[in-house]
Amino acid sequence: MALENQRGLPSDEQIIHDILAPMQRTTWRFWVFSGSLALIVAFGVFCFLFMQIKGFWVTGLSRPNMWALLIASFVFWIGLSHSGTLISAILRLTKAEWRRPVVRAAEAMTLFTIMVAGTFPIMHLGRAWLFYWLLPYPSERMIWPNFRSPLMWDFMAITTYLTGSTMYFYLPLIPDLATVRDRTSGWRKSVYTALTFGWRGSREQWERLERALAILAVTILPVAVSVHTIVSWDFAMAIAPPLWHTTVFGPYFVAGAIYSGLALVITVMAALRWVYGLDTYIRPEHFDKMGKILLTIALIWFYLWWADFLTNWYGRLPDERIALMQYLFGRFWPMSWGMLLFNAILPPICLSFTKFRRSIPAMIVLTFLINVGMYLERVLILVPSLTYKHFPYVWGGYWPSWVEWGIFFGAFAGFTFLYTVFSKLIPVVSIWEVREERLYVTEKRVGKVAFPAVALPMTGQEGGHG
Amino acid sequence: MDSNIASAPETGTHRWGMVVDLDKCTGCEACVVACHAENNIPIAGEDEVARGHLANWIRIERYWDGEYPDVKARFLPVLCQHCTHAPCEPVCPVYATYHNPEGLNAQIYNRCVGTRYCANNCPYDVRFFNWRDPHWPEPMRAMLNPDVTVRSRGVMEKCTFCIQRINAGKEQAAFEGRPLKDGEITPACAQSCPPDVLVFGDLNDPDSRVSQMAGDERRFQLLGELGTDPVVIYLKRLRE
Repeated sequence: MALENQRGLPSDEQIIHDILAPMQRTTWRFWVFSGSLALIVAFGVFCFLFMQIKGFWVTGLSRPNMWALLIASFVFWIGLSHSGTLISAILRLTKAEWRRPVVRAAEAMTLFTIMVAGTFPIMHLGRAWLFYWLLPYPSERMIWPNFRSPLMWDFMAITTYLTGSTMYFYLPLIPDLATVRDRTSGWRKSVYTALTFGWRGSREQWERLERALAILAVTILPVAVSVHTIVSWDFAMAIAPPLWHTTVFGPYFVAGAIYSGLALVITVMAALRWVYGLDTYIRPEHFDKMGKILLTIALIWFYLWWADFLTNWYGRLPDERIALMQYLFGRFWPMSWGMLLFNAILPPICLSFTKFRRSIPAMIVLTFLINVGMYLERVLILVPSLTYKHFPYVWGGYWPSWVEWGIFFGAFAGFTFLYTVFSKLIPVVSIWEVREERLYVTEKRVGKVAFPAVALPMTGQEGGHG
Repeated sequence: MDSNIASAPETGTHRWGMVVDLDKCTGCEACVVACHAENNIPIAGEDEVARGHLANWIRIERYWDGEYPDVKARFLPVLCQHCTHAPCEPVCPVYATYHNPEGLNAQIYNRCVGTRYCANNCPYDVRFFNWRDPHWPEPMRAMLNPDVTVRSRGVMEKCTFCIQRINAGKEQAAFEGRPLKDGEITPACAQSCPPDVLVFGDLNDPDSRVSQMAGDERRFQLLGELGTDPVVIYLKRLRE
C-alpha cells in the first residue's frame, strides 16, 4: 500500500545518508554526461565569439527583425528563473509543509536559469565587449546610462533579482553545508567550513536563520513580480512594432514566467528523483500538489493571452491586424497553434485528473511540452511583430542560423551542466528542512485507515496540510 | 580655436526640416546613390541585401496601385523623419541617440553598444545596423568622404541630414561674418534629385522655401497618428 511507505519518514541518519549519497559516489556516467554538456557549452561559446568577431551577418537577423531567437531565449530563461524562488517563497510563507523536499531544487533552478538568462542580452549586443557601459559606474567622462530606457530597468531588475535569489538560495543552504562539513575531511572540510560562515547550529543561529528567511521570502516576491513585468516592458514600451504596446503585457509575462518556471521545477524534481533515487523524499503527492498549482497558473496564463488576443482582434487596427492574422493563420500558424495546444489545451485537460498528476512519466512529458510551448510563445511575441511593421516595403522574415542554434542549445546544456555539477557539491534536497518535517508528522486515523498527516503543532488544528 | 568659428551663431537657432513633394517623385533613386556616396555607406552585395543586411539611409518605396492593365507605380521616399518626439531616443540605454539643439535626431557611433532597441522602436525602419565591418571594392575606397566617419560593425547608423554639410555651411557663413542663406545647405539626396522632390531648409525661418512649402494644404506626416511629429513633411500626390 502506497501510504504504508509514507508512514513516518526515515531516521535522521538515513535522511543524511540518502541525500548526501550523490555527493559521495560519482559514477562514470556523471563524467560522460557532464563532459558532453561541457562540449555543447563550448560550442555555444564558440558561436558567440564567432558572431561577435565576424559581425551579426552570420545570424538570421536582418532589418526589421533586429531581435529574435536570442532575445526570445532571454525572455524564456528569465521566465524559468521566476518560479523557483517564487514558489519556494510562497510555500514558505503559507507554511505548506509538503514544500520541504522541493524548495532546494527550485531555488537552485532559479539561480542557474538567471545566470544563463543574464548572458543573452550581453551576447546580443552588437559590441558585447562594451557591455559595462550599461552599468551606472562613475565614468571619468561623467556619462551615465539612460535611466529612461526599459533596458536599463531590465538591467537593474535582473541584478537585484540575482542578488536576492542568491541570498535566498544560500541562507537555507548553510545548515546543510554544516552537515556536509561535519562529515568530510581534508581540504574539502576547509572549503565547507569556510562556506558555512561559522554555523554551529545554536538556538540563536536557528532563530536568526528563520527570521532572515521570513524577511527574504516576503521581499523577494515583489522583486520576482517586478522583474518579469519589466522584461515585458522592453516590448510594451515600444510603440513601433504591432501588438507590443499593450498594458496586459506585464501580468501576462509574469503569468507566463511562473507557468514555464513551474513546469521546469516539476521536470527537475522528476530528474533528481530518477537520477539520484530520491523516491523517499520526492513523492507522487508532491507532483500532485505542484500539478494543481500548474493547473491554476495554466488557466490564468490562457485567460491573459485571450484578453490580449481579443482586444487586438476586436480593435482591427490595420497594422496590428496584419501581424495578428499572420501570427494565427499566416506563416506562423504551426507555431501559434502548437503553442495553444501545449499551453492552453493539453495542460488543463490533463492536470484535471489526479491519476495524471500523480504519474511522474506523464508529468515529465507534459511539463516538457509546456516549456516547448512557452518557448514558441516567446518567439511569437518577437518575430511576427517585427516582421510586419508599418511599411509593407520593409516587411521581413526570420529563420535562425546555425550560430543562433549553437547558442540556443549551449544555453540548455549550460543550465543542465551547472545543475549537474551543483548536485555533486551541495545537497539537492534540504536536509534540515526534511528533518524538521519529521517533527510534524503524526499518524491520523480515519475509520480503519491510518495515514501520516503533516501539521504544525503550533496551530493546534486537525488535519491541516497533510 | 579659429575666432570666426567661435563667433558662429548660437546653436538652437535653426530647426532643420525637409519637404518631400510626392507629386514630383519619379522613383529614379538618384538620392539613394548620392546618399551612399556622400555618407560612406558600405555596399552589402546582392546576397546580403537579399538577407536584409542592407543600409539605405534614404530609400524609395515602390507600391503598385490598381489592377493590371491599369496599374500605376507609387513612389514614397523614406528617410529618417527626425521626429520631434523620436521613439528611438528614450529607449537607448547608453544615450547613443539623442536630439540635438537644431532638431536633428543624432547617432553617436562610438557610444553605441548595439542593443538595436532603437531600430525596433523606429516606426519608419530607417535605422541601420552594421552587420559586418564595412568594406568597399578596391577602386571605390578612393571615393570615401573624408568628412564622414566610417562605422564599425556592431553599431547603428542612420540619416544625419548630412550634418557634415550643415556644419560646413554654418562655418562658411560664420567665416564670412553673415547669416546663413536659405538653400545654402543642401543634403546630398536633395542636391541630386532631378525633379526637385526633396527640399531642405530651416523651419524656424518663416521665409525659407521649406517653411513655405510645409504650409501647403497637401501636407501630411508619415504615420502621423503615432504622434512622433516628424520634421519631414510630405506633400500628398494629386497628379494621376
